[in-house]
Amino acid sequence: MTLGPYESFIVTSYVLVAAVVALLIVWITVDYRRQKARLRDLEARGVTRRSGRSASDMS
Amino acid sequence: MTALAALIRRDIRVALRIGGGALIGVLFFLTVVVLMPFAVGPDLALLKRLGPAILWLGALLASLLTLDRLFMADHDDGSLDLLVMSRTPLELACATKALAHWLVAGLPLIVATPVLGLLLNLDGSATLAVALTLLAGTPALTLTGMIGAALAVTLHRGGLLLAVLVLPLSIPVLIFGVAASNAATSGDTPFGTPFTILCALSLASLVIGPFAAAASLRHGLD
Amino acid sequence: MTLLDLANPTRFLSLTAKILPWLAGATAVLLVIGLYQSAMAPDDYQQGATVKIMFIHVPNAWLAMFVWGVMSIAALGTLVWRHPLADVAAKAAAPIGAAFTFLALVTGSLWGRPMWGTYWEWDARLTSVLILFLMYLGLMALWRAVEDPSRAARAAAILTLVGAINLPIIKFSVDWWNTLHQPASVMRMGGSTLDKAFLIPLLVMAVAFSFLFVTLHIAAMRNEILRRRVRSLQMMQAGKPSAS
Repeated sequence: MTLGPYESFIVTSYVLVAAVVALLIVWITVDYRRQKARLRDLEARGVTRRSGRSASDMS
Repeated sequence: MTALAALIRRDIRVALRIGGGALIGVLFFLTVVVLMPFAVGPDLALLKRLGPAILWLGALLASLLTLDRLFMADHDDGSLDLLVMSRTPLELACATKALAHWLVAGLPLIVATPVLGLLLNLDGSATLAVALTLLAGTPALTLTGMIGAALAVTLHRGGLLLAVLVLPLSIPVLIFGVAASNAATSGDTPFGTPFTILCALSLASLVIGPFAAAASLRHGLD
Repeated sequence: MTLLDLANPTRFLSLTAKILPWLAGATAVLLVIGLYQSAMAPDDYQQGATVKIMFIHVPNAWLAMFVWGVMSIAALGTLVWRHPLADVAAKAAAPIGAAFTFLALVTGSLWGRPMWGTYWEWDARLTSVLILFLMYLGLMALWRAVEDPSRAARAAAILTLVGAINLPIIKFSVDWWNTLHQPASVMRMGGSTLDKAFLIPLLVMAVAFSFLFVTLHIAAMRNEILRRRVRSLQMMQAGKPSAS
């Protein structure tokens, strides 16, 4: 596969899209881990949610 | 109807008394326009060409500067809560407040335009065209800006947040305002087309602005 | 499974735990197929190999607009139906939409350099996407400006809807402005007559990116729900000593 005279532009744009998407995925995963850890930490310290909390904890 | 008339009278009186700050906008407009030649150079031919754009940008920034006064003072002294609770529809009250604000903050800008046009080497017809487009366009700026002001007052944040929210929404007004002014000076395109679209933008924001502002006040102040 | 069932965040969390792996898998498969097909696509007779940038530029531009649409529906959900997950959905979508809009801008600019000879042309499409990007950033600034999520949600919902009404007006004005100032040198894309050899990879990539968005969005919504849980627990904990 030859990409012609503008190879660098094509490669750059693909690499950039991959990088930003990877960044999004990493950010979301790290954020998930952090929130989970915080929840565990809080629950370990005895701060528990009301049992079967429903939509009320959304506000 | 009398309630709305009283609201207009009150808002104008509050804005014009000491501490009301209605004339700050004109002063700011003047300063921005005077600053421009220092940035682009005192070349009169260039200033003449850029004149309508400079005046429009100045007016846009000046109207933005006074916007957070629209609801902030009323929120601080509690009269905004009375407006929200009163029997007059909040949308009408918002439109009335916008009208009062435009009379004290927008109209002086248009009055100042001929003087500033002189400084920018604009001839009579060009100055008239800019003043006319400002007359048709600044209501749209006030009315879309009111949405931002209502959002900012419910969030207890003014200033920069307001600018970030409102400026992208004012792009169409800027485009057609400057286009109509340039059409009058250069004569390549008819003046009527962009000018009528500018009027249409003002009318559309007259519909959208009060409803969105009233909605955000209702949802935000409870 | 109705929308109302999803209103319960706990049920939403258990449902997402089940479907997220499948969504991620489907996204990966679609992306591999799409990338393979776009690599195999022939060169355009006019643009040469640079046409390959289209396969990632167009899906990003499509998502830039689609995400605002999703946020507008979520905004209606917040204001009209007061659906408890609507503001979570709106908040989670904003940064992802901003990222896709940024990518649409940058790939468009990288595509423009070989085609137009300049990185930035005040072309109507590029300009309106830039304004869309600014509005995404403004919306994110609004979310960040306020501590209380439900208060921020209603303000953001109103701004999202105002944006949804204004965006077509902005697009129209920029088009008009652009025809006034159109420099003669700009090469135009040849309308919608796209050859099948390009259309199929493009469609596959568009579907793949849409799946990518849905996956990321659901995962981000899950994070947001957990974040609010942590927040309410912390507030409960902070309130405890004074209560006893």
